[in-house]
Amino acid sequence: MSANSVALAYLIASVFFILALKGLSSPLTSRRGNLFGMVGMTIAVITTLTVTKNWALILGCIAVGGAIGAVVARRVEMTAMPELVAFMHSLVGLAAVFIAIAAVNNPVSFGLPAVLPMGSKLELFLGTFIGAMTWSGSVIAFLKLSGRMSGAPITFGGQHMVNLVLAIVMLGFGLWFFFSETTNWTAFAGMAAIAFVLGFLIIIPIGGADMPVVISMLNSYSGWAAAGIGFSLGNPMLIIAGSLVGSSGAILSYIMCKAMNRPFLSVILGGFGSEGGTAAVSDGTQKTYRSGSADDAAFLLGNADSVIIVPGYGLAVARAQHSVKELAEKLHAKGVNVRFAIHPVAGRMPGHMNVLLAEAEIPYEQVLEMDEINSDFSNTDVVLVLGANDVVNPAANVPGSPIYGMPILDAYKARTVMVVKRSMAAGYAGLDNDLFYMDKTMMVFGDAKKVVEGMVKAL
Amino acid sequence: MIGEVDPTIINLTVFVLAIFVGYHVVWNVTPALHTPLMSVTNAISGIILVGAMLAAGPAESDWGVWLGAVAVTLASINVFGGFLVTQRMLEMFRKKDKKGSA
Repeated sequence: MSANSVALAYLIASVFFILALKGLSSPLTSRRGNLFGMVGMTIAVITTLTVTKNWALILGCIAVGGAIGAVVARRVEMTAMPELVAFMHSLVGLAAVFIAIAAVNNPVSFGLPAVLPMGSKLELFLGTFIGAMTWSGSVIAFLKLSGRMSGAPITFGGQHMVNLVLAIVMLGFGLWFFFSETTNWTAFAGMAAIAFVLGFLIIIPIGGADMPVVISMLNSYSGWAAAGIGFSLGNPMLIIAGSLVGSSGAILSYIMCKAMNRPFLSVILGGFGSEGGTAAVSDGTQKTYRSGSADDAAFLLGNADSVIIVPGYGLAVARAQHSVKELAEKLHAKGVNVRFAIHPVAGRMPGHMNVLLAEAEIPYEQVLEMDEINSDFSNTDVVLVLGANDVVNPAANVPGSPIYGMPILDAYKARTVMVVKRSMAAGYAGLDNDLFYMDKTMMVFGDAKKVVEGMVKAL
Repeated sequence: MIGEVDPTIINLTVFVLAIFVGYHVVWNVTPALHTPLMSVTNAISGIILVGAMLAAGPAESDWGVWLGAVAVTLASINVFGGFLVTQRMLEMFRKKDKKGSA
């Protein structure tokens, strides 16, 4: 194909990518949107094949990668979606680095001049370092999310200083790379190596419950990495697709930070939840709480007219979504109005709870966002909090509290509150939760799944 | 006059406009579908596959081809895995839809 036809085909593919994201504005159009994405990708790949050689090698590699991807996509548990997404971000990052190395090695094959001009070098530098940081950062995020590495923040003295010095040294290698007349592999390798280390160092101090922000941020990085490679290769389609992904991830990071009422910078600098954890609990006074069994809880639920269930990360950990569905159905059969309230940061990635409830075949009309349902708590009989803590902590309304200003689900306004939790331990923010000590609150201790199963039996 | 413009400037134009498009499209995504949004953007960032193919299939081959081949494999995992897992999730949202309306 001529260069012009290729460019036009790429334009069409780009439009399909935009339509793919547009489709996600509603569950009704979302499947068509995903299909548009696949069409766009197919156009892009076939078009590219017309200008490349080594078809056997390329198609073979696509077949191998595609088979791995298909198997992973089919087998992954919905509770493990955050890990899968982190894993896939890392692949984009690594691929970007490999492409950049190949481009530095053989610029002509990418349509670049044999001696790289400064502009191309700058673009390759950007593509490489964003790609390298995406890779190592995502690997750490994957290890933390999958529990192969502790979710606790890892901090050490002078951490930010070390990062800053490394960033400056990396820029130094970058400048050396720009101003070398021939291809300076030493400078390039030094720059890439430091970027790998930086990606690693930037993610380790960020704690487990800040993962929704981290994963959104890495989503954004993977997009910018693709856009960076697009600049290096002068390919507008890569730039468009990369920017779409980059802005998507950035918006999700923003939404997550807002839902936690924490500045993006403080999340990124990390360490949250490591030191506050002990101080908050030790305010001296021994507060009393009421606890009950699953049978007691079932009795209260069965006699209610309206119930709102607030699922949190504990539900995902216990894989209790199917039991919850049974509970909701039983209550429905008794004429109870059951709805679900989702806080934006419930779970380990944006929208995670919605997917888990959808997997359990809970109709999405019953699943409401915080803004949609918050005004209804005050005239609700029973709120059932399943493995959530900070997102229902009324301390968010108390000036001076560490989580002051964080938007919460107003569970405390309901007539009766039931909290299913493993113990009285503080939540991620390290704060005691006054909700647990209210007169109208009943604690039900145990694994979310077992407790819910107990309730279903008792109903 | 436009012919004299550095291609990087034109790329920058595309870049800035695409960010605006992304910004407006993504704010319209319903929060319930934020996880599928992430997995589909994951698949779309697999577009880097195109760059990988160029690396794997140059007119004159050298060792860079092997890097390209690895990159093609990695990016394909993303493309296939991303789109298929998104489809799987969105099917779950559909089942409910049928039940709800029936």
